[in-house]
Amino acid sequence: MSMSQKLVDRLRGEFGDAILAATSYRGDETVTVSRDRLLDVLGHLRDIEGCEQLSDIVGVDYPKRGERFEVNYLLRSLSNNHRLRVKVDVAEDQPVPTASRLWRSADWHEREVYDLFGVPFAGHPDLRRILCHHEFEGHALRKDYPIEQGQECSRPEHLFADEDIVRAARRASVMAAGPDALHDEVHPSDLLTVNIGPSHPATHGALRAEILLDGETILEARTEIGYIHRCFEKEAEDHTWAQVMPYTDRLNYCSAMLNNSIYAAAVEKLLGVEVTPRCQGIRVIVSELARIIDHLVCVCANLVDIGALTNYWYLYNIRESIYESLEKLCGSRLTTNYARIGGLSHDLYPEFGAEIRIKLDELMAGHTDVMKLIARNRIFLDRTVGVGAISRADALSFGFTGPCLRATGLDYDLRKAAPYSGYEQYSFEIPTGTNGDTYDRIMVRMAEMVQSRSIVLQALDKLPAGPVNLDDRAITLPPKRNVYQSIEGVMNQFKLVYEGIQVPAGEAYGFGEGANGELGFFCVSDGSGHPYRLKVRPPCFPIFSAYTHLIEGAMIPDAIATLGSLNIIAGELDR
Amino acid sequence: MAVDLENPSNYMTTRLRQAVNWGRKYSLWPLPFGVACCAIEFMSTVSSYNDISRFGAELVRFSPRQSDLMIIAGTISYKQAPILKTIYEQMAEPRWVIAMGACASSGGFYNNYSTLQGADRVIPVDMYVAGCPPTPENLLFALTQIQDRVEREGLVPAAVRHAGRIPV
Repeated sequence: MSMSQKLVDRLRGEFGDAILAATSYRGDETVTVSRDRLLDVLGHLRDIEGCEQLSDIVGVDYPKRGERFEVNYLLRSLSNNHRLRVKVDVAEDQPVPTASRLWRSADWHEREVYDLFGVPFAGHPDLRRILCHHEFEGHALRKDYPIEQGQECSRPEHLFADEDIVRAARRASVMAAGPDALHDEVHPSDLLTVNIGPSHPATHGALRAEILLDGETILEARTEIGYIHRCFEKEAEDHTWAQVMPYTDRLNYCSAMLNNSIYAAAVEKLLGVEVTPRCQGIRVIVSELARIIDHLVCVCANLVDIGALTNYWYLYNIRESIYESLEKLCGSRLTTNYARIGGLSHDLYPEFGAEIRIKLDELMAGHTDVMKLIARNRIFLDRTVGVGAISRADALSFGFTGPCLRATGLDYDLRKAAPYSGYEQYSFEIPTGTNGDTYDRIMVRMAEMVQSRSIVLQALDKLPAGPVNLDDRAITLPPKRNVYQSIEGVMNQFKLVYEGIQVPAGEAYGFGEGANGELGFFCVSDGSGHPYRLKVRPPCFPIFSAYTHLIEGAMIPDAIATLGSLNIIAGELDR
Repeated sequence: MAVDLENPSNYMTTRLRQAVNWGRKYSLWPLPFGVACCAIEFMSTVSSYNDISRFGAELVRFSPRQSDLMIIAGTISYKQAPILKTIYEQMAEPRWVIAMGACASSGGFYNNYSTLQGADRVIPVDMYVAGCPPTPENLLFALTQIQDRVEREGLVPAAVRHAGRIPV
């Protein structure tokens, strides 16, 4: 009996009738609870069962049911290493109690469910739309909302109203009344609102922050996202499972290989199949290369933002060099579209291993150069140490994962905690920081590149021979020989392409360690060839929700340095 | 010291328009309206390997008032559209626009409730670059094409060049 199953039994003992149902499918445990006991169950799970993180909140729309919406809470305990999905059913316009007082990450997740499904969360501190614009009408992910029905936006939204500024000034006056007071009273006219983004060199994508300044100090900040909401989830429902693959490339476009592999693995989990050892090995190799590229882009852009331009040239050219091999492998530099459900598009080319070994040596040379330039550089240290720091407890509550969580000193990595794709065969370390500040986040990424290089080298050495695709005609395409020479082959190809892979009805959450943390795909199938619902759990969505918390009280240059180190990729943030 | 106008090797004649356009052609200051994947390829184009400064366009300006070539690198959503339009209008004439990649050109493979079907629905576009995302070489090719147009029609403002073609 697994940890999670024992947990479900304990919950039944504790809450009895409030647990309406408990199911176990593909290794995921789900409990359905009654709406009025939801907060009690969630609070118990957090406080007694050690579920420190709320990974995601997923809405699903079933228009034919009386209680139309399902709201799924994806919980994770890092200390006990178990997961649980808590489900409630709600009818239209029926409020669900907010979980934002239990986990701070719930704030944005609930706003998203409200925006896309229209489920109201009672007691939520700031229930506004998050991805769609403020003039949008209707709820886009409801099944009755037509995918192509666009709505124009006439003007951007102001994030600070006049009364917010008055309130902030009053608060600042109270704070300024202490013995270290710089001035006696803050008038609203003393405060300055500065808008950063969504087209700004430091935002690395379409993010927007509005900050309220008292002198040079950030009193309050508000962020707005959704500028590059490309409706991944709605598009997925409109395509077959296999057709979703190129859309995953464009989530985190700095590490498309990771998205490809983790998405394919999530659908394979729902199918209940396991790919061949060679496929697993290749996925590990390309995923780790993608992780290296992602960290390179993050670190070099972060360094450019704080004025260390030289490092950009040292690091960016290595990435360019790795891209040459990836382009040779799959025909494209950024948007790789390499993995397939049940395998890969094709095998590696023969010289791939030898080329990558040379490029990884270049990486180490560039890495050493950059470390020489920054590790003891006074300006760099002054700009990063203690800047944008977050405590471990806050990081967990905000849903931090990946390098940003490890920077707070917690050695949690899904490749170790829940090994997949054969990661258990490789020896590598989990680099951690101590203070959770910008310096630690950069250094954790620098150290992770070295570990990823080691994993790639081990995987190249161990890479087993054999096929890369499953020999299952219900999942992978038949060999071209069969398609051209037999009617069965033609029919097989036709049905797989037009109708899609028939994934059995059910739901599963597949996840892996993305470049910036836990990347998960919550897949719901109704047994047809199309996803009924596909929810991405992007690592940077909860991380960016903590941004205002990180920069309040700091100065604008600190805010810029902090933002770069969080590695927010807008394509993944807004989907 | 006076120039000896008797000696033909001491001077050359040209038209003012040609001289200005020649200078302008090799000093385009791009404003990267970077929103998505294409912005990463724009970074590659600027970096030392592809080196956009070979074409005199390395002075990337994020202030629209200081730039004359807007490169729309990424998907424009309905939420983004009013901002794109504002920034375009803040650029001084003459100005040019490159729609980099499938999304900026036509919406790409995103045909949905949030994605504008091409940046030319809100502002006039001079050059469309194919690719998802286009390679740096592809973007550099578009830049040289823009340079040719600058040489031919440099002093004509975009409002005149695109007169009557764009819903404003």
